[in-house]
Amino acid sequence: MIQTLFGSVEQEPSLLEKLKSGVQKTRAGLVSALEDALEGRKEINAGLLDDLEATLISADIGVRTTQEILDRIRQRVERHQLNDAAELRGLIREHLLEILEASERPPARVASPPAVILVVGVNGSGKTTSIGKLAQRFKNENRSVLLCAADTFRAAAIEQLEIWGARTGTQVVRQGPGSDPSAVLFDAVQAARARQVDYVVVDTAGRLQTKENLMAELQKMSRTAKKVIPDAPHEVLLVLDATTGQNGLEQARKFTETAGVTGIVLAKLDGTAKGGIVVAIAHELNLPIRYVGVGEKIDDLLPFDAEKFIASLFEP
Amino acid sequence: MFDNLSEKLQRVFKNLRGEGKLSAENMEGALREIRMALLEADVNFRVVKQLIENIKLKAMGEEVLTALSPSQQVVKIVHDELVKILGSHESKLRFANEPPSVFLIVGLQGSGKTTSTGKLARWLARNGHRPMMVSVDVYRPAAREQLKVIAAELKEAIYEGTPAEKDPLELAKAARRESANSGRDVLLVDTAGRLHIDDQLMTELQQLKEQLKPVEILFVADAMTGQDAVKSADEFHKRLGITGVLLTKMDGDARGGAALSIRHVTGQPLKFVGIGEKFDALEAFHPDRAADRILGMGDILSFIEKAEQAIDKKQAVEMQRKLITNDFTLEDFRDQLRQIRKLGPLGSLLDMMPKVGILKELKDVKVDDGEINRVVAIIDSMTPRERDNHMIINGSRRRRIAKGSGTSVQEVNQLLKQYAQARKMMKSFSGGFLGRKLGKMKMPPGFPFGDMPGR
Repeated sequence: MIQTLFGSVEQEPSLLEKLKSGVQKTRAGLVSALEDALEGRKEINAGLLDDLEATLISADIGVRTTQEILDRIRQRVERHQLNDAAELRGLIREHLLEILEASERPPARVASPPAVILVVGVNGSGKTTSIGKLAQRFKNENRSVLLCAADTFRAAAIEQLEIWGARTGTQVVRQGPGSDPSAVLFDAVQAARARQVDYVVVDTAGRLQTKENLMAELQKMSRTAKKVIPDAPHEVLLVLDATTGQNGLEQARKFTETAGVTGIVLAKLDGTAKGGIVVAIAHELNLPIRYVGVGEKIDDLLPFDAEKFIASLFEP
Repeated sequence: MFDNLSEKLQRVFKNLRGEGKLSAENMEGALREIRMALLEADVNFRVVKQLIENIKLKAMGEEVLTALSPSQQVVKIVHDELVKILGSHESKLRFANEPPSVFLIVGLQGSGKTTSTGKLARWLARNGHRPMMVSVDVYRPAAREQLKVIAAELKEAIYEGTPAEKDPLELAKAARRESANSGRDVLLVDTAGRLHIDDQLMTELQQLKEQLKPVEILFVADAMTGQDAVKSADEFHKRLGITGVLLTKMDGDARGGAALSIRHVTGQPLKFVGIGEKFDALEAFHPDRAADRILGMGDILSFIEKAEQAIDKKQAVEMQRKLITNDFTLEDFRDQLRQIRKLGPLGSLLDMMPKVGILKELKDVKVDDGEINRVVAIIDSMTPRERDNHMIINGSRRRRIAKGSGTSVQEVNQLLKQYAQARKMMKSFSGGFLGRKLGKMKMPPGFPFGDMPGR
């Protein structure tokens, strides 16, 4: 259902029905509840603002960003610029959209292929699965891809990536478990250059952002990539679990500091979680969201669309 | 980034000193701060609402105790209320009368089920059980392979099944037969991660429950989960009747407010917390410590407990005597470093400290466990005579030590300088004066937390 919210279904008429029911479900949720609440109520009072606050906070947007939005509304009400409750919804959406669009930025230009994409994140956020889906996306665009199994730490991580390689018909560069991730990366980037591949997607081991030495390892990988291709890595994607709460902000901050994150992949958005933490991240760290994971199937990774994402925040 | 709740409350109550009672007026600001702190810790907003009501009732009209400042008093009320919800004592695992006891491990994707299954197996084995593991995750690529690798590393039993066995129910049943036949008393069933809204997979879990009659259904939850924790936990509980919660990734800097939400919505106890990537990084859940953490007050109790386990009391007394009489040799210094190393990674120790008062500066301190190893290596490369009397270490000895320890002469010089400084400082504190001055002192550069040679 969420899939429909992020577009990319236009070319698949079989999903058109889903789109319709998806939109209906959305309508039946909070947006319409909010509309019901607003209907007939002209006055903007404390109770109404409380409801709005609850909506935003329950989407993990965070206390600070939520307060800012509400303060803006209060200000406008005081100045009598806003007195119709019906305008509220539009105003909030506008503000959220503003935040997300302000952080939008195209990926770095790649002087000559391969483009090196480093995929990082905490344990269990969905890195390997997102990489599998990303490979499929690139394949669909007729680009050649090489996967690099640089998670040499977690049990069977290499095997997991190899299965994705087989599914997407992509070559995987690997070494044994426990080997130096930078060494695997070096091999992969060199191989990619020799084989004239368009993209090298590097799977890294999950690490909590508080582990200094593991974070330093990411820096080393980045330096290693530069040895082969000076402007690599061209993109560093932080994979964030959509159920993540306020800690997501710390994740984004620390991974950006050490690994130079250039974009976010929001994974597992097919549950009931809203992934609102990305709004806080976009707001405070100015990082663009690149892709959204919306299901377990190979095609379930969609380019991010701010407008549709905002709409989904108001879903039940 | 998070301010400590008690600091915030102190600001709120700055003007309250003269007033004898906590009233609606003076509580309002405090309640706002409490609310923010809880929401920032990812406690579900409905749970927060109810908590605030309870706290208001408790606090209102209460006399401001002379022993406590109003802010301390409010923090205490909040803390007690959190502990009450989190459960007042740690809970134990249940076992079936007739082995094997089946434990079903369930949860969302990426919450840490497989790693936790391995940790539980080790924990059980250490507590006199004979566990067996089985993965019935036939969906995620290489999931069964992952548990197999973990089992091999732990040297614990696993029912692998063949690749052809693709039915979770059949796999689990075969594993149960196997555990009964091989005298295993606990079977840990690692299930596939699934979304609580995935009806088909939730039905599969219900079937597993029906067939296996597990004594424990442990819901594995990521400590970093936000507001959605309530929904998934609630749904898993409704469909399965979970019997406990295992909170993972608590070694990060998440406040773990999700624990409160999950406990509140399911009523089931939190039994374990995962605190690291190693397989023995599993701890019993302590409600009071979790409450401290949610409020951003550090986990000093865990720290003390760890220190007590690792440090030899007799040695500590002896060390104190040596410090005072200035008999503190390089050898003693090395022993001390080794004891600190036994406590585990320094970073995780620092994380347990409350970042307030004199320890506030620790907030941004970076630690490198490698430094301790390097210093120990330098001292290891000295002769016993050199360790006993550092004055005899001349230039050529320094070169030899640097070579032997794989460090540089500069690093050896710096260590010796720091050691000499530390000795001098120790000399200046003697008797009961020690404690008071230590509180004020800045960490000497040679102290494991400070900047170190080669940094």
